[in-house]
Amino acid sequence: MFDFALTHAWLIPLLPALAFLIIGLGTRRDKDASAKIAITFSGLSFLLALGVLGAVITRPIVMADPFVMKTLWAKVGDIELSMGVLVDPLTAMMLFVVTTVALLVQIYSVGYMAHDPGAGRFFAFLSLFAASMLGLVLSVNFMQMYAFWELVGLCSYLLIGFYYYKDSAREAAKKAFITTRIGDFGMLLGILLVQLTFGTMDFVELKTLLPTYIWETGGGILTIIALLLFIGPIGKSGQFPLHVWLPDAMEGPTPVSALIHAATMVVAGVYLVGRAYFLFSALPVVLEVIAWVGGFTAFFAATIAVTQRPFKRILAYSTISQLGYMMLALGVGSLTASMFHLMTHAFFKALLFLCAGAVIEAMHEEADIFKMGGLRERMPVTFRCMAIGVLAIAGVPPLAGFFSKDAILAAAAEVSLPLYLLATATAFLTAFYMARLLFVAFFGEVKPDCPAQETNAWMRWPLVILAALSVVSGAWGHFAGFGEWIFYGPVGEEHIDWLIAGTSVALTAVAFYLAYEIYVMKRWSAYEISRRLGVLYRLSYNKYYVDEFYTVIRNTFVDKLGAVLYWFDLHVVDGVVNGLARFTGGLSGVLGLAENGQVQRYVAVFYCGVIALTAYSLLIAAMLLAVVGGAF
Amino acid sequence: MDFMAVQTEILILLLLLSTLVTDLAMAKGASRRPVAYLTAAGLAAILAHTCGLYHEGASPVFYMGLFLADNYALFFKQLFLLGMVFTVLFSLDYVERCLPHPGEFYSLLLSALLGMCVMASANDFLTAFTGLELMTVSFYILVGFRLSSADSGEAAVKYLIVGAGSTAVMLYGISLVYGAGGSLDFAAVSRNVHLFTAVGLAGVVLVMAGFLFKLSAIPFHMWAPDVYQGAPTPVTALLAMASKAAGIAVFMRVIFTAFPYLGEFMLPLLKTIAALSMIGGNLLAIRQTDVKRMLAYSSIAQAGYMMAGIVAADYFGMKAAMFYAMLYVFANIGAFAVLSVVDAERGGTSRRHVTGLSQAAPMLAAVMTISLLSMAGIPPTAGFAGKIYIFTATVERGNLWLAVIGFVMSMISVYYYLQVTKAMYRDLEPGEETLAEPLPVPSVARAAALVSAAATLAIGICPESLAVLTNFASQTFMQ
Repeated sequence: MFDFALTHAWLIPLLPALAFLIIGLGTRRDKDASAKIAITFSGLSFLLALGVLGAVITRPIVMADPFVMKTLWAKVGDIELSMGVLVDPLTAMMLFVVTTVALLVQIYSVGYMAHDPGAGRFFAFLSLFAASMLGLVLSVNFMQMYAFWELVGLCSYLLIGFYYYKDSAREAAKKAFITTRIGDFGMLLGILLVQLTFGTMDFVELKTLLPTYIWETGGGILTIIALLLFIGPIGKSGQFPLHVWLPDAMEGPTPVSALIHAATMVVAGVYLVGRAYFLFSALPVVLEVIAWVGGFTAFFAATIAVTQRPFKRILAYSTISQLGYMMLALGVGSLTASMFHLMTHAFFKALLFLCAGAVIEAMHEEADIFKMGGLRERMPVTFRCMAIGVLAIAGVPPLAGFFSKDAILAAAAEVSLPLYLLATATAFLTAFYMARLLFVAFFGEVKPDCPAQETNAWMRWPLVILAALSVVSGAWGHFAGFGEWIFYGPVGEEHIDWLIAGTSVALTAVAFYLAYEIYVMKRWSAYEISRRLGVLYRLSYNKYYVDEFYTVIRNTFVDKLGAVLYWFDLHVVDGVVNGLARFTGGLSGVLGLAENGQVQRYVAVFYCGVIALTAYSLLIAAMLLAVVGGAF
Repeated sequence: MDFMAVQTEILILLLLLSTLVTDLAMAKGASRRPVAYLTAAGLAAILAHTCGLYHEGASPVFYMGLFLADNYALFFKQLFLLGMVFTVLFSLDYVERCLPHPGEFYSLLLSALLGMCVMASANDFLTAFTGLELMTVSFYILVGFRLSSADSGEAAVKYLIVGAGSTAVMLYGISLVYGAGGSLDFAAVSRNVHLFTAVGLAGVVLVMAGFLFKLSAIPFHMWAPDVYQGAPTPVTALLAMASKAAGIAVFMRVIFTAFPYLGEFMLPLLKTIAALSMIGGNLLAIRQTDVKRMLAYSSIAQAGYMMAGIVAADYFGMKAAMFYAMLYVFANIGAFAVLSVVDAERGGTSRRHVTGLSQAAPMLAAVMTISLLSMAGIPPTAGFAGKIYIFTATVERGNLWLAVIGFVMSMISVYYYLQVTKAMYRDLEPGEETLAEPLPVPSVARAAALVSAAATLAIGICPESLAVLTNFASQTFMQ
């Protein structure tokens, strides 16, 4: 049973891909059938993923000795490009997380998209999205990963721009695609350099080649490679300064946000660093860069989230912040903590987003949390799930976030005090803005014209399941020995540093208290505080003007350069091309004149050809005769 | 006398006779579909049978080495059979509706096929000539088979006149080669030093002219556009894929076995002709509005590509040419299956007639597009893989200039191929609404078109599957 799943792991991405084809080519217009197909195939893929997980545990397959199946896909010169599956505990965990979230999101979407005429298309894209991510997770080499990486990017483009008739959705889709493409370009350069340097892109082979290479030639070129590779994750995982696309990505339907933010697209970057950790961890300089990028992003995004008003935007910045945590963990050398947080975050962030979807749908597309209020009474189930999600992300024991965040803080504390302080400050801010979100939207008075009602069953059950996972996954991971399962280098001791954990829990409590006083008891006026903070508040509210900065850069450099190039293109390039086209067309006309329909002409041309050939042969014969002097 | 060597031909002959008899036995005016089904089933059975004939080691020969049933010949015979089966299938309705005497049509197709098979296996000039004539004479009739259409008759007469000229030239060439070489056997001729005299060389080029006429290579191409346009659409399909492939088959064998030592003198000539065909065919296709006529010019260019493979004059080039010939069959089946339906339903094959096809018959429009993209050499269709093989072989033999011409001309070809796609997919203008009405597509034609498109994509995505076969066939040939 488990062995079957393991040897058929390639089916896991293939099944949703098949669903995409069936829906895309066949049942696109039939909403119900499309939903059924998508869910069935995702369900099968989920079962297989469970089987793989079982196989990894029972066999057991360990990090040092992955299970690999691959087949030659194309051979270009001496470069052999393979496709296949690589299964180790890391893969198994990711498969489990991705299939779980994807399946739940699809079930949720049945309710969410019930009245959308494009639901068939939506399920097709969702399936392709899941397929791409699963293919990425199973990759055996950088090339396969890159291919699926781009597919994930494409799907995100399609889904963010799902409401293509809305300007903002189109813009957001473009922004997401182009911004991440900037990162992908660096990554592609890195991959090509890997191939040039090592002659292979295979993860397993690279892992064995690397130590000798470093021993022989040092880390110079490798540092460049790793930094280039890391640009990809910066774009994909929304790290500063390429994070700008992620908040806009909420223009897509909310289930998509859940999928993008929790389980698929954004963690692809973290996963890539984790998958190639043998490379990154060998280069201290690169690790330091990763740690600081992650730590800064975590803090930076958290300070923005504190002042935002739209429900999903707060969650979006929280995602960026949490991804920063994961990068930070990788940077300080703890693959375990990073992947642990990736898993728990996938569950509670999917939960939070799906709750957001439920709330926003119930509020008839009203996204501003200050226009909500008192939803606790109107939507009790959603409220409870939301509360669990908030407690989990804030790191309240014994929920999931507590264990994983503590692991990251502990890992950071071992390496660098400033990073630890940054992470702890982020933890405080996280607790504060999540509490703010919860208190403002769900507590207080119900607004008089509030239309909110509890959601339907399709949407409710996924919330409940995710809430359950958000409660138990942390403790389960902690006590079941996640660190002995997914790790790099020496096995990390599973222990809780009570000083660190205590500090962060205390800060969380303080944050909750402050938020409660400000937003529920209204002891202090939020407006007054923001006014006092002045510049700081405006910076945060306007997201540090990063978007505006990019606009200025674009206007001054890109647009001006574009104008010059456009002129060149219009007058020089097009002139040449059009001239060539006119020339070709004219030539065609002239040549065509010969074809006048007269058979006499045809025969004449034929015999001209014959005569030319004969003349040529006689010429050759004469030359031969001259050379051999009449020997025949 | 090893009759096993000619078993394919015997089977085709038997099938031909049974179609004739069946046709005669049927009532006057009755539908001739049974004959068509008999032909298709028989051809499919023969095709299946030939799959078992691939062999290692010595190939069977018939009658003093006149006829050689090697893997190379077998590959081409399968190619002809494949093209013929699909043509019979997709043209069922067309034949029934547009042609008189449909029963005889199938018999003639089979006699043309017999000629092609003989050409592929021919091991001396006389056998090759016999096969060539059997095929060509059958085609003269087939081209003029649409008696109700003046164009069809005109095309047949033109084909006959120019073809007769070509036959005369070729026969004269053969007689000169015989005079110089003292034999008609390919291998014996190749060893005779007198081939290098004026008489011998003149004979060689005249023989080549005859074959180049079949390939419709420039400057022996003038007949092709008129004949392609006038001929019944299924016949045009066969002219483009099977007749041309038969020409390629015998042409390559002659070059490699009868004139191998003339390479130094002949290759510059052939390269020039390949380049001329690629340039001329593609340029002339640009201005065409009739899709069949456009495909005629495009087929001139395709002959140029295949010749570029041949003039690499080694195993790689040969393999590339064979690969290309096969994928060209599938592309043609797709394109002409669609054109046959359009021709039968809308009474023509100009760009005007295919307008709105994306709405009237979306599947046909898709197949047409895939087939045309394959001809243009766009991935992921088979044409891309084929062109890669051909131009790689060309470049590796130092003929970079020829490959560059091929690249540039391929780019130009995209323009006129996509003109057809554009016509099929563009928004209809006011007054054209009738073009969007669903077109009745016979299910057999639909299936044939789909299979060919699927094959085009499959070969494009996984070229190894076909390349293995061409490698094997050309390797055993070279030994």
